[in-house]
Amino acid sequence: METFQEFLQNWPAARRSEATARATSADVTAVLDKLARHWLSPEDFLVLLSPAAAEHLEAMAQKAHELTLRYFGRAVSIFTPLYISDVCTNQCRYCGFNAKNKQPRRHLSVDEAAAEAFAIADAGFQHILLLTGDAPKVSSPEYIADVVRRIKPRFASVGIEVYSQTEENYHMLVEAGVDSMTMFQETYNPELYAWLHPAGPKRDYAFRLAAPERAARAGMRSLGVGALLGLDAFEQDAFATGLHAWWLQRHFPGVEVSVSIPRICPHEGEFEVTHGVTDRELAQYVTALRCFLPRAGITCSSRESAFMRDHLVPLGVTRVSAGVSTAVGGRATKDLHNPGQFEITDHRSLEQMMVDLAAHGYQPVLKDWEDPAA
Amino acid sequence: MRDDPLVIGGVTLKSRLFIGTGKYGDDALIPAVAEASGAEVITVAMRRVEPGQKGVMGHIPPHMRLLPNTSGARTAEEAVRLARLARAAGCGDWIKIEVISDTRHLLPDGYGTAKATELLVAEGFTVLPYINPDLYVARACVDAGAAAVMPLGAPIGTNRGLQTREMIAILIEELDIPIVVDAGIGLPSQACEAMEMGAAACLVNTAIASSGDPVRMARAFGAAVAAGRDAWLAGPGAVKKRGEGAEASSPLTGFLR
Repeated sequence: METFQEFLQNWPAARRSEATARATSADVTAVLDKLARHWLSPEDFLVLLSPAAAEHLEAMAQKAHELTLRYFGRAVSIFTPLYISDVCTNQCRYCGFNAKNKQPRRHLSVDEAAAEAFAIADAGFQHILLLTGDAPKVSSPEYIADVVRRIKPRFASVGIEVYSQTEENYHMLVEAGVDSMTMFQETYNPELYAWLHPAGPKRDYAFRLAAPERAARAGMRSLGVGALLGLDAFEQDAFATGLHAWWLQRHFPGVEVSVSIPRICPHEGEFEVTHGVTDRELAQYVTALRCFLPRAGITCSSRESAFMRDHLVPLGVTRVSAGVSTAVGGRATKDLHNPGQFEITDHRSLEQMMVDLAAHGYQPVLKDWEDPAA
Repeated sequence: MRDDPLVIGGVTLKSRLFIGTGKYGDDALIPAVAEASGAEVITVAMRRVEPGQKGVMGHIPPHMRLLPNTSGARTAEEAVRLARLARAAGCGDWIKIEVISDTRHLLPDGYGTAKATELLVAEGFTVLPYINPDLYVARACVDAGAAAVMPLGAPIGTNRGLQTREMIAILIEELDIPIVVDAGIGLPSQACEAMEMGAAACLVNTAIASSGDPVRMARAFGAAVAAGRDAWLAGPGAVKKRGEGAEASSPLTGFLR
């Protein structure tokens, strides 16, 4: 089977930037009209990411809102992340966990991780996302699986956002009770990727890019992909991310595919953001994604402000986090007062998030999965 | 006017509108929607059911008959497990089978659906499978012991109406169990049309939940379904078609006199 990396070769950077530069207002109108009758093509998606489409943002938002209501209703799923280790061997230039950052590191034992997770369950969460740094010797796949087995009885859904695994290890994690995996490619630009990741196992662009495919073959039920917006030009990674989700949907039709929309945040490193994504561009991205992938989930994390998140929900966001800490420990075990992986902007608790969603006419959904394999 | 109850799995129902619980901005709307619609049957996704009366279950009026569904199941085996979980959770013995392994279009897998129907009927469930309006799949479900079949009018959530009208008409003509049109109905007039065609009932969720006024829309659907049923029972009067009625100037069979 053709891999996504091979498929992506059909869309070199120049083709993407030329298409968005060439798109006219009439092209945007034609794509929005087509939406009433047909599914959009990748070429149409590029048109919706163009500067010309930015002039039609309100019309795109209306379409995206209508599609979201039809396919997801006024329901928004809520999850919370749990960082179980910040030990990391990578040197990603934009990340607070960068191995060169001199800070105390924390790796939770299985018991400690379970205590943290149970505190999260006690707070009312039923969907949890486990995260680790990239240190396979410390946070081994077996360790992650042990944590999953311990906490699974308390959660409807356990997801992972950890370093790329082999298909065999994904299978082991699925067997342990993981139903979803999130993998941010960070950037789909191989040269930029190489520069951003000067050392560590994450340097292997192709291995990371194919991780969702391996997870799908291993039986993972839900896949999330995303680029860290702000690393490369907006239309480049926005397009590649949507194309990745689209390709995964077509090749693994039984898998639920979602897209995350993280924008780069200030952190402990020295990375200078040169392609900052504006609020309008983020809104354009969400609406373009919704039009291109009507049934894909869209996840918005607490990197974004409460104001942005509240206003992105009607445009297509279907999943948000709450009660977030990006540091390791602190809920039921000691906190080293580390700065965390990145600065979060939306500090709302679960209760506050539920109140605010309801105030905007949306129903917070705490349980949206019943594992038939459990 | 004679009574016209709908009987499914030995249960007699007065209302021929089934409603759902998904996509509401607030589940607290459900009691008012249920009352306005007159519906007696309500479907709920097991994936959203929490233990006890937490979440959506706490809003379902106690007199309503629960029709839990297996949303999220990709295979017959997963649907069977979810049905057992529904029964264990106190949701009763009715089950709407959804076996869907295409997340882009959410079209049901006929083979897996028929297989799950067979397995669950054997376990004593009253099974209502959600299907494409395919005569062979429907017959397989009937042979497996389904209490009704639920063909889609259009892909779920699209609100596009009876796009599969001709295929549903064939099921109504050929099968001796209730045909409950499910998915795709966007307007009361479309539900009314399904009932005029002879459908036994309609299940409507998205069109009510995503409406600007779900309670009012629920009332409209209740009335439309009842009107369509009355029209079916009454039988249509002769409709003069365009061009009909004029005698040909030169009859071709006049020589037979």
